[in-house]
Order: sequence, then C-alpha cells, then structure tokens
Amino acid sequence: MKKELGIFILLIVLCVAVSIINPQFLNGTNLHNMARLVGMFGIFSIGIGLVIITGGIDLSVGSVFALLGVLLSQMLMEWHWPSALAVIAVIALAMSLGALHGFLITKVNIQPFIVTLCGLLFYRGAARFIAHDETKGFGSEESGFETLRTLASGSLFGIPMPFILLIIIAVIMWVILHRSIYGRYLYAVGRNEEAARYSGINSRRVIASAYILSGALAGVSGVLIAFYTNSVSPSSHGNFYELYGIAAAVLGGCSLRGGEGSIIGILIGATLLQVLQNLVNLLGIPSSLNFAVMGAVILLGVVADQILKRRAARSRAARA
Amino acid sequence: MADAVLEMRGVTKRFPGVVALNSVDLDVYPAEVVALIGENGAGKSTLMKIIGGVYQPDEGQLRIDGQPVVIHSVSDAIRLGVGFIHQELNVLDNLDVAGNIFLGREPVRGGPLRLIDRRRMEREARSYIGRLGLVVSPHTPLDKLSIAQKQLVEIAKALSQNARLLIMDEPTSSLTLTETGRLLAVVKELRSQGVSIIYISHRLGEIEEIADRVVALRDGQNAGRLAREEIHHDQMVRLMVGRELKNFYEHSEAETQPGYFAIENLRTARYPDSPVSLEVAKGEILGIAGLVGAGRSEVAQAIFGTDPAAGGALRLDGQPLVIRSAEDAIRHGIYLIPEDRRNSGLVIDMSIRENITMPALRRYAAAGLIQRDRERERAAEMSKRLNVKAPTVEERVGNLSGGNQQKVVLAKWLSLQPRVLIFDEPTRGIDVGAKAEIYALMRSLAREGVAIIMISSDMEEVLGVSDRVAVMHEGRLTGILERAACSEEAIMRLAVGKTA
Repeated sequence: MKKELGIFILLIVLCVAVSIINPQFLNGTNLHNMARLVGMFGIFSIGIGLVIITGGIDLSVGSVFALLGVLLSQMLMEWHWPSALAVIAVIALAMSLGALHGFLITKVNIQPFIVTLCGLLFYRGAARFIAHDETKGFGSEESGFETLRTLASGSLFGIPMPFILLIIIAVIMWVILHRSIYGRYLYAVGRNEEAARYSGINSRRVIASAYILSGALAGVSGVLIAFYTNSVSPSSHGNFYELYGIAAAVLGGCSLRGGEGSIIGILIGATLLQVLQNLVNLLGIPSSLNFAVMGAVILLGVVADQILKRRAARSRAARA
Repeated sequence: MADAVLEMRGVTKRFPGVVALNSVDLDVYPAEVVALIGENGAGKSTLMKIIGGVYQPDEGQLRIDGQPVVIHSVSDAIRLGVGFIHQELNVLDNLDVAGNIFLGREPVRGGPLRLIDRRRMEREARSYIGRLGLVVSPHTPLDKLSIAQKQLVEIAKALSQNARLLIMDEPTSSLTLTETGRLLAVVKELRSQGVSIIYISHRLGEIEEIADRVVALRDGQNAGRLAREEIHHDQMVRLMVGRELKNFYEHSEAETQPGYFAIENLRTARYPDSPVSLEVAKGEILGIAGLVGAGRSEVAQAIFGTDPAAGGALRLDGQPLVIRSAEDAIRHGIYLIPEDRRNSGLVIDMSIRENITMPALRRYAAAGLIQRDRERERAAEMSKRLNVKAPTVEERVGNLSGGNQQKVVLAKWLSLQPRVLIFDEPTRGIDVGAKAEIYALMRSLAREGVAIIMISSDMEEVLGVSDRVAVMHEGRLTGILERAACSEEAIMRLAVGKTA
C-alpha cells in the first residue's frame, strides 16, 4: 500500500485542485461520465498490468479493439448472430490472440515488445481490410442489443455499468494476483524467471497465461468500448489505447522490469489518466495539448517516484 | 623496514545505526601481501572502500608513502596508485583486451578528431598483459576470455594506471583450481616486482600459501594479526570467529544403502558423447571434483531437469525416473542447490517467506488461495531451524549475507523431505561460521538418509566433507576415489584428465 500512496496523493491533489478551479468537476454528470471511462479503460489496464508484472509488455491492445469492434459489428449486423454468441466469440478471439503472443514469446523466444508491436500493426491492418476501411456500427437504439448497450452506456443504482464491471473484475483479479498461488508465480516469474524455474514453476505456462488473461480482459473492454462509441472506424478506433493501459500500470507502480505492481495501483493509475483528460476540458486548456499534459504529468509522477526511491535506497544503504 | 605504502590509523566509519569500522589500523609495506580476513559483515569491504575512495572515514588518518592523504573519489585513489580488483569484474565484454585496459584513457593521435592511437594502445597493452603471463592478442574481445583471463585484464588495467597497491577482493571465488594456482603465481610475481597487495579471501588455504601477514577484522575492529610463521588455518579461524570451531568437518558412521540413487549413462546436452554413470548411497555424501567446465554442473542440471539430459536413465530406490523439468525432479524429492545463488537459487527481491515456500505453495493453499498464516508459520519454523539470521521472515532475501541466503535456499528444500540433494558449490563466498553450519547440516541430512551429491571446486571442502569423491574432466568421469584414497594429488591427477 505504501507504494501506491504517492500516486494516490497525486490523484487527490489533482482532484482537489481541479474542483477548486472549476467546481464543474464535482458535478454529478461529470463524475458519472468519468467513472464510465475509468471502467472501460481500467478493465484492460489490469490485463496489461498482469503482463507487465511478468516482465512483458502488450502494445497490441488498441488494434485488437479495432479488430474486435469490426468483427462484432459484422457478427451482429450482417450475420445476425445472437448477442451472447458474438460476445463469447469476440472474447475467445482476444484470448486466442493472447495465447498466440504467449506462444511466440515463451516458445519461439521473441521479445514481447516485438511480438506485440507486430500485433499492433497486423490487427489494425486486418480490421481495416475486413471493414473495407469503412466505419462500422451497431445502428440506432431501435436496432436492439439492449443488454450490450446497457452494459456499455447504462447505469445501475446511478453507477455506470462499466465501472461496476471494473470493480467486480478488479476484486476477482485482486484475489488472483495477491492471494492465489498463480499470482505469486506471476510475481516470481517477473522478478527472476530462472529462480522460479529452479523452484519447479513452469514459467513459460505462467507467462503465456498472463497474455491469455490479458486478452480476455481486452475482449471485455473491447465490447464495452465498441458499444460505447457505437461506431467503429477501423483506422482510428482504439488508437493509443495500449499506451493508456501501459501508462496506468506504470503510474500505478508496475515496473517494466517485471515483478512489481498491484491491482489498487493500476486502478489509481487508470483513474488518474481520466482525471487528466477531464482536467484538460474543464480548465479550458486547448484540447490539442491533451497528450502533452498527460505526458508531462506522468513524467512528473515517475520522476518524483524515482527521487523518493533513491532517497529510501540511500538511507537503506547507509544503514547496511 | 621501509616506509609503509599505506598507513591507516584509527579509521572509524559510522552509518546511521551502526559503527561499521571502529578505530581500525592497517599498514601495508612495499612488496608484501597482506591478507585481510574476517566474516561477512566484519568491515572488510567498508575498509577497502575507504582506501578505494568510495567512502570517506568519519575519523582516522590515511597516509600513503608517509604523506597524509584524503581520498575523495575513485579517481583520487587511482591517482595515488591504488588499484581495486573487485569480486565482480568491471570489464566490458564487447571491447577487446587493449580497449578494456585503456578504457577512458585511450592514447590519441593529434588532430581535432582525437582518433584513438590503436597501435600504441596495443603495444602497451601487450607489455602489461605479458607481465602477467597472459598470452592472448590485445585484439581479443573480452567475451572470448575465461573469467580468470578477464581478471588478469583487470589487473593489467590497474598496472597500466601505475598501481602500487592492489586490493583483490575474493579474486579466486570463481576460478578453477589450476586458475587459482596461476593467479597466486601472478600475485607472487607482482610482489617480487614491488607491488603491494591486500588480499581478501575466505579460502584460508590460499592465504597460507601467499600471505606475508594476516590482519583479521571482527565486528568492525582489529581482531588480531599473524606474522608469516603464525599463519595457520586454525589460527585464522580463531581470529575471525573469536572462538574455536570444533568438528569443522565430520564424517558419518551412518548405515548406508548402496545404489540408492543411480545415474546410468547420463548424457548432458553439452557433452553428449560422454555418458556418466554414478551411484550415490542413501546417507552418503558423494563429492564431485574437477575443474570449472568439467561438466559437473551440467550433470547436476540434467538430473534436476533444468537442462534435460540428452539420454540415460535415473533410478531412485530401484524405481526408474523420467525427469524433463525441475517440476519432475521436485516431485520425486530430488532438489538442487544451484551454483548461482542470486540468480538461480533465489528470487532476491522477494521475502524469505516467499522464497522458502515457493516450490511447495500448494501445501499452504486451499482452493488455489495461499493461507498466509500457515505459510508464515512454516517459513518461520524452517528459518529458525536453519538459523537464518534476519529480523523476520518478511525480510528481503537480497539484504541477507551470502551464508544466510544459502540457508534460505536450503530451507526451501528441507521443508519438502528431500531424498536426493545436489549441492553445487555450496559454500562459495560464504564466511567460515556459516560454512561450518552448512557442513554440519549436510552431515545430519545424510545421517537422516538423504543421498547427497556435492559439487565443489574448493579442494579443502571436497576432502573434508565427502565420503567418496568422483572426479570429472571435460565431461568424462575420470575416476571415483574412496575416502581413504582421497588426497589433493590424487584428485588433481584425475581432474586434469589422467585416469587412475
């Protein structure tokens, strides 16, 4: 918990500052919308976080969203599959792509960055080809799919559904990561794969399974995002989303060297990113500066973290 | 006697909460080898870091050649003629020999481009490595050299900086027996050329051979010194631990069951043409001696499944085993304490608890969820049984001394009722006190009926601990010596490939 404290304080400070400058921040609708986005982005960020904990990375998520969105539209609108079947198919596809990444990384020994970079390019191309580069969608309210629309855009007891889903998923993933044998193995493999192997852990299986789990979470997010936007433009849908996920995980304390990170941290990280987005709108900062603000704040957070860590290490070394 | 090259008087260094050095004196005279001994944590490294300019003392004086000096930085130390050969070598594998020796001081030809004068660099490099008896071309990239050769390159680098005082920290810890012999010859040669050497080692046999004087530290203070004629193993141990260590090596009279663990025609991936067959009795410690690269670790890896065998059969208590991964070996109660503790034996950033329970998490879990209390209890129990010195089991393993780290590796396996234990260099870099504990533990495990294989390059250890000694050379088993037939000469003869 100590590790997440810094970023949590940053989040609180930002929230307080923004709400003082522009009280609109605390407006119910604003919070509601933000929570919805936190939900959608948080779910796949947890997946990316798992992969980062094993010492890997996943750059392909944004393109996977485009591919899933296009296929989902195709299945529902053109092939008239039942909603449940289409959703299962899409999530299964995301998991198979994760399995493919896991296979290439653990059996063929290609670096995760390269495998998922190729994924980023390939899936984007595939999405555009399948959609003939045309924007796909799910029609208007009348065309059905109420359940899916509710999951993406609806609310329960005034709380946006994606946020509720995120909380459910986060609780499950928290138990898995922080309490189960599998979670311990993830950290062990991320810290030192060799020592994990020498302890009888099947490190390849552990790593590959992290990509599959991450795929599953990306699948869920993908469905939500597609229905939230209600239109999937294959060349831009999901662009840069992998970076939101990576940024959330890293802000939340996941080390790109592996073996570090927590669900709470990733949740705070994902929230912080959405607050930043929101802040750009509310403070009247030109929206063209959107990414610049985000980059600057993330850098600031990471630099502050490094300084704190170095100070801690110095006092530790001095004691030794 | 000539003036001291180095004189340290009343050197005190405090860190928040501890006094690392308390009024320590040390003198080094020209052309002598001073061995600095002490258990881990005795203050040897801190003292050397003060000479090397890494730390500044809080109190006390340093004189070099009689002149008071203050060494602010590593470059000050180098300027004053102090060379530091660290245990972990500081060489760049992607550069060649000459490039490493002159790194940062490359001779340049005139002109604004400051081109490196390759020819001069190589000529000078050749003369330095020649002085050390290293016969390689200055063009050789470092990754083509053995550890021993890299070490000589590092020494050559220090000499090229006109070092008159060389600090060598555990220089032989990763060398083979022959390489160690060669390094000791180099040390003697340097001494005859007028270089003074501070030699830090846990291998007391080497110190007996080369040291002119011994200075012992204990708990940050001078614990005594020995003149040339007083340097004996027992004396040194007494100074280091402050008490007599009884029964350092002890042999068992336990009942043994011959043929308990049998290795038949095991072919390793590295030496597929040299099948190895060995038998270890229940209750026996079988030593495996040989030079580094003799294929001993490969045999261990093949048995443990981390580098599966290319062929051969294993039998444990008459039952044939198939081992394709560490998981398989662990299921049969065969465990490896690997050579590389920090990278293979432990996850250094995790706690003692997490390391101890890692191979057997299922025992502390219900429905896949770890029961923290049960886990902590078991880890605490194991760590107490093995006398791991740490405040709690939540301590990060990386913060422990080498000896305590090795005990954690052992604790991992002992909680799982071992049937066969393979130790690969069990006491490398471990201080005398912990060594004695580990030997005693090995012996008591054997007595409890574990078959133990111990790979070691430390001759004293091989002779002291083993019930029988198998010797390997370039992947082949060159002989097995019964305890009565074991001697340093007999083992060396087999280790260099002569068969009995």
